[in-house]
Amino acid sequence: MTSVGGNGQKRFDIEKTVDVVIVGGGPGGALAAREFARGGVKTLVVDRRQEIGAPKRCAEGISNDGLLESGVQPHPAWTSGRITGAVLYSPSGKIVTVDDETAVGWVVERKVFEKHLGKDAIEAGAQYMVKTHIDQVLMDGARAVGVTGDFMGKSVKINAKLVVGADGIDSLIGRKAGLRGSVQKMRDFHSAAQYEMAGVKCDMTRLHLYFGGDVAPLGYVWIFPKAAGLANVGVGILTSKSKHGHRAIDYLDRFIAKHPEMFEKASPLEVNASGIPVSAGIRRFWGDGLMLVGDAAQQVNPIHGGGISLAMRAGVIAGQVGSKAIKEGDVSAERLSEYGRVWDEVHGKELARLYKFRMFMEELTDKDMERMADLVTIDVIVDLTYARFRSFAKLMLTKMPTMVPLLAKYLMAPGKKFEMEALEA
Amino acid sequence: MVVTVNPKVCVYCAGCVGLCPVESIELRETRLTILDSCTDCGICVKFCPVEALSGGRPLD
Ligand SMILES: Cc1cc2nc3c(=O)[nH]c(=O)nc-3n(C[C@H](O)[C@H](O)[C@H](O)COP(=O)(O)OP(=O)(O)OC[C@H]3O[C@@H](n4cnc5c(N)ncnc54)[C@H](O)[C@@H]3O)c2cc1C
Ligand code: SF4
Ligand code: SF4
Repeated sequence: MTSVGGNGQKRFDIEKTVDVVIVGGGPGGALAAREFARGGVKTLVVDRRQEIGAPKRCAEGISNDGLLESGVQPHPAWTSGRITGAVLYSPSGKIVTVDDETAVGWVVERKVFEKHLGKDAIEAGAQYMVKTHIDQVLMDGARAVGVTGDFMGKSVKINAKLVVGADGIDSLIGRKAGLRGSVQKMRDFHSAAQYEMAGVKCDMTRLHLYFGGDVAPLGYVWIFPKAAGLANVGVGILTSKSKHGHRAIDYLDRFIAKHPEMFEKASPLEVNASGIPVSAGIRRFWGDGLMLVGDAAQQVNPIHGGGISLAMRAGVIAGQVGSKAIKEGDVSAERLSEYGRVWDEVHGKELARLYKFRMFMEELTDKDMERMADLVTIDVIVDLTYARFRSFAKLMLTKMPTMVPLLAKYLMAPGKKFEMEALEA
Repeated sequence: MVVTVNPKVCVYCAGCVGLCPVESIELRETRLTILDSCTDCGICVKFCPVEALSGGRPLD
């Protein structure tokens, strides 16, 4: 309960003062917390969930590099499936197998994974509050100076020099602090549904991705295998394609019914759903006394929708820049813009290029995809995942020239004639 | 048409909350509430992966 004191100021049941409050204890928030704490500032994470990590809204796939990049060592407590490659299926069922070092990774047990990340942060010196729902950002003019909410019926106020919104796709922090772009757009948001199933029969060492207008319009179906016989089976479609009878869950159910060879004996142990931002990131994700991290800043790969490793990396950068800023006594937007600059170099620019590739992909017909399935090599696919378009463009120029206008439209630097040099990256 | 949520279907994924242009959906752990400020724009209904929402302006 909140009461009003004699001087007209609200009194809170719980009031805390810290250097940084991080709203959200997902992968982004946990890594930010670890890094702020390592930077020697007083760090508090608040999460509305009563249980960190659950329910999951994720297919749990992450590359080994994605873990190591943020200083997280794979641990047997949460690594479930070991992945050595990916298999892509064209609309007619043509198969492209991509076995490459960059594809090596894990399907994790996310509920355990997130708890371990939290443990790392706490061991580094951070504190956590769970079942704490934040509903307001305290502002001093344009500067964020804390948050308020409640914990099990008690009102909570947290004063902080810096507020970090690591609060996921429905980021309240971004909105309340007035960062434009925080609201998701249908055009750049996937609608996703998934079952975690037991009894699935497929190659359990690779990720499986199915494409096609009937399978998943402007998205794909995935099978991410976990430990023996368990797998996350899901689908993401662009929200603009979602309609009655054609919701994400409908596509998922149809896919499963169509593939008895894999699912005849399978049953779901979990149903999951959610949205995936595929905008490549909002433009401005920091402000006076404020930083957004992970899904809250839409820092997700716009091609495959992977956001765990990006959220963690963003958390690390935000924690490093933010803890220094706090110690210097300057948490102005200008000082915190270093986070934006570093992010741009490390991942931001690459995501922006991948966004263009997404636009290109969205114009492809099933027929185009069939033809490409015949042509692409592993090297070309790996290049594409790093937003290196040259090898792909060369292939199209020589083998599929009808694609050139589309390439020119989406993948070339503006105003340049079609030539290799004009291709971005 | 007023937007309503069917709590028997909702899997509390928070996607609709992220899309709502006017902050009219509140998710508290597992309980979703549509607030009176809803403009019935229909965006959340179109998105919901499991069709737990109904009403709103038809966008299909
Ligand atoms: C179906 C699906 C499958 C996916 N599969 C993959 C995959 O295989 N690999 C991959 O890399 N990515 C995947 N993603 C994306 C990935 O899950 C996200 O990018 C990732 O979780 C982002 O982490 P985060 O820390 O930014 O946010 P989140 O993990 O969403 O964490 C946000 C946290 O903030 C808390 N919170 C929110 N609002 C408040 C509030 N008001 N008060 C207090 N706490 C609050 C939440 O409870 C939550 O714990 C998938 C997404 C979906 C929907
Ligand atoms: S999008 Fe649907 S399932 Fe997800 S929280 Fe909203 S109503 Fe519930
Ligand atoms: S109909 Fe529009 S305004 Fe109403 S809750 Fe849904 S998204 Fe928000």
